[in-house]
Amino acid sequence: MTSSIRSTKPHEIVERALELSTADGCVVIADEQSTANLRWAGNALTTNGVTRGRSLTVIATVEGREGTASGVVSRSAVTAADLEPLVRAAEAAARGAGPAEDAQPLVTGTPASPDFTDAPAETSSAVFADFAPALGEAFARARAGGRELYGFANHELVSTYVGTSTGLRLRHDQPKGTLELNAKSPDRQRSAWAGRATRDFKDVDPTVLDAELAVRLGWAERKIDLPAGRYETLLPPTAVADLLIYQMWSAAARDAAEGRTVFSKPGGGTRVGERLSELPLTLRSDPNAPGLESAPFVIAHSSGDDASVFDNGLPVPATEWIREGELARLTTTRHSAALTDLPLSPAFGNLILDGGGDRSLEEMVAGTERGLLLTCLWYIREVDPATLLLTGLTRDGVYLVENGQVTGAVNNFRFNESPVDLLSRASEAGRTEKTLPREWGDWFTRAAMPAVRIPDFNMSSVSKGV
Amino acid sequence: MIGETGPDFGRNSVPHSIDAAFTALPLRALADAALARARALGAEHADFRLERIRSASWRLRDAKPSGGSDTTDLGFAVRVVHGGSWGFASGVDLTMDAAAKVASQAVAMAKLSAQVIKAAGSDERVELAEEPVHADRTWISAYDVDPFEVADAEKAALLADWSSRLLAADGVAHVDASLLAVHENKFYADTSGTTTTQQRVRIHPQLTAVAVNATTGEFDSMRTIAPPAGRGWEYLTGTGWDWNSELEQIPGLLAEKMKAPSVRAGRYDLVVDPSNLWLTIHESIGHATELDRALGYEAAYAGTSFATFDQLGSLKYGSPIMNVTGDRTAEHGLATIGYDDEGVEAQSWDLVKDGTLVGYQLDRRIAKLTGLGRSNGCAYADSPGHVPVQRMANVSLQPDPGGLSTEDLIGGVERGIYVVGDRSWSIDMQRYNFQFTGQRFFRIENGRLAGQLRDVAYQATTTDFWGSMEKVGGPQTYVLGGAFNCGKAQPGQVASVSHGCPSALFRDVNILNTTQEAGR
Repeated sequence: MTSSIRSTKPHEIVERALELSTADGCVVIADEQSTANLRWAGNALTTNGVTRGRSLTVIATVEGREGTASGVVSRSAVTAADLEPLVRAAEAAARGAGPAEDAQPLVTGTPASPDFTDAPAETSSAVFADFAPALGEAFARARAGGRELYGFANHELVSTYVGTSTGLRLRHDQPKGTLELNAKSPDRQRSAWAGRATRDFKDVDPTVLDAELAVRLGWAERKIDLPAGRYETLLPPTAVADLLIYQMWSAAARDAAEGRTVFSKPGGGTRVGERLSELPLTLRSDPNAPGLESAPFVIAHSSGDDASVFDNGLPVPATEWIREGELARLTTTRHSAALTDLPLSPAFGNLILDGGGDRSLEEMVAGTERGLLLTCLWYIREVDPATLLLTGLTRDGVYLVENGQVTGAVNNFRFNESPVDLLSRASEAGRTEKTLPREWGDWFTRAAMPAVRIPDFNMSSVSKGV
Repeated sequence: MIGETGPDFGRNSVPHSIDAAFTALPLRALADAALARARALGAEHADFRLERIRSASWRLRDAKPSGGSDTTDLGFAVRVVHGGSWGFASGVDLTMDAAAKVASQAVAMAKLSAQVIKAAGSDERVELAEEPVHADRTWISAYDVDPFEVADAEKAALLADWSSRLLAADGVAHVDASLLAVHENKFYADTSGTTTTQQRVRIHPQLTAVAVNATTGEFDSMRTIAPPAGRGWEYLTGTGWDWNSELEQIPGLLAEKMKAPSVRAGRYDLVVDPSNLWLTIHESIGHATELDRALGYEAAYAGTSFATFDQLGSLKYGSPIMNVTGDRTAEHGLATIGYDDEGVEAQSWDLVKDGTLVGYQLDRRIAKLTGLGRSNGCAYADSPGHVPVQRMANVSLQPDPGGLSTEDLIGGVERGIYVVGDRSWSIDMQRYNFQFTGQRFFRIENGRLAGQLRDVAYQATTTDFWGSMEKVGGPQTYVLGGAFNCGKAQPGQVASVSHGCPSALFRDVNILNTTQEAGR
């Protein structure tokens, strides 16, 4: 067995890989990852784990007669003996790939991170030191109260070190924590859900969430059957986040300019500048948003529709994607920005919707004569890219609101709706608050959204599922 | 048949050995260190799994390279049952000290679990179903050419050639091409004495042609329907799929689709091609017959199942001609293995027999918990950093031995739709209400195809849909479809799985017009 380099600092591995490079350009990304998680079902822990890992990604760029090629090779658990073969493999991949369409000069000029040479941040089961006993207490309370608790608590820390042959030395620590709690009646005919995103598990209490869910299960003691149809509907922040995250997935400028997305303009070009909503909605991302901090520079392990490995290290500015109801930006790399003649707008690490309203969801319920209050959406998939029609289901509680009060729980529904269309029909947006997207929360956790009122949400069919 | 000490090879495949670079790793020494530490700390059971998974993608946009990656994940995991609780930990340092340390962490996690369980006032204890000891077993999947032994330039050139062929056709504005390939090695050892070493290869090529009407802004696409397969590079060079024929057809089909009329919403008879039906099987049968789901262990995330355990042997899942098997032995299947990630030997069994629910997919813990005896080998972890969970076997609808051809099934429909290729899919958390679209929808009039339709989605409830299945096609219509990316569990894991099925005829299914659904 060769000696391990796990005792070697990540920045030293980055430097060593760059030294080994014989390509025209080189980007090295070291990701140091640690996780701790707890999972439970029926008021009992089912699985748990702690993990520790490192992966090293080497991106080699090679100049050729027809352009610059790139090769990307990643490996986990890199040892000293692996380092040179890894660099050579990336160079060989570049030579075998042919000219890369997104080729650009490697980034220069981004100031070095002052903590580039510091040890990586790390999580462990200690992050649950206070949470785990509280979870046990929540189980006991739930059991006594006739509730079954299901859920998952996960904490992850990734320290990313980026070095380039053009001199960039950047580092970002990304904590990511999620708590999802689902309460069911013992016959599993009533179900309620709550989720929270957290950076350190110091601000989440499972007993508080369990108490919230007990109230919701109480609402569900009265069952009301409603048929499919269009209903005034209050979408809670988690549902709004899930829909707008998908919309941003479909917001690559190049695809739009080529005429193949909902943001394509008939006759050519994109819909940038077009009004999408009569409400003063502003959808933005900001690496420095308090509590939602994300990488302030591009970290791209591979190229794709809205990312380019050549852009690694490029600053990610605060960006308004929709400004006061008007489509302002689509995602671009330097390559696609030049192709589409649109501003450079790198992909985002958080998403915030400001709607101009200040009412809480509870206040919006109080102001509803008759409508549906959703808990969350599930299994969201694209039906038609031309309209960005999405289908999916309601889950874990649809409640009927009558005269400002929740009067019972309604059956679940399948919906067919386009988020772009919903923005145009939204009649109210409430107060923006941090939320955990339910559907995409296993990878995208940094969102702040208001609840949104839709006068005629399309519940396409009834779902018997609970 | 699985060899006692030597490797077993799939039929018609080129014999391979387990990659020497993998077997050169200190597999047994690390396992011994971890298992010894777990035993010393009082574990009732411990297993050790060391994996090396190489995954690569190549992407082309309009025949030009637009991104690729080549990732190797190497590490090991230790799972224990200690004091009646699970504990899991993983690591990446391939040293004896690290292996022992990770085993200690797994035991510590089990103790943490025990504290929570005690605080909750529960007396739950983890126990595992018995499994014969499989000592020193080796298994290799059926493939001819390891895709990682083919030069990247050759891969890029073939994808570029295919893309160029499509781009050269009238009406094709853009072409996206991708190729995914995986080479997976696993070593498993447990405190009962089972040790297995396995190697699997899988591959997924895909091309999508896009047509754009610049004036009206309308656009649509047509994707290849070749499924991912447990095969090697030979899958792209003529073995298992006729690429030339499919690529030749796509531009014409796409042009016809652009001009096709929008479907009138209503109820239709459907002949569903295997290229579409595999995904309906996956969602409405595959996931619904996972017993961990049915018991609630996925309740907060993937969901539960309408096919609850109390209905085993009685639930009318579909029409009496419906026979579905779970199978971890199918040649070229994406979920085909020799042994699962709990050391259980691969098996084949019935899930639905003559339309009735008769079986579930199991792992060792669930098998013991429910008194079903031996696990049928459905434990799988997608990486060394993840705990094994109950994952899907190849779940397949069996053909009618004397069944009709697809053409004859169509011939039996007066007014209906022939559905080809998968596209959009969604199903509720108990696997009742689903909605699917496809790549190609052909109108059927008086037993004949009468051109394509657009904007089609079919929506049904699982038991209604399978209850409406009137005819199952013959073996000549059977195709092994599948997916690389089935998601489940928390932390999220991705598994590959195949689903075989024949064409089949369904009566009176609800068809939506997706444009109308979008409010236009």
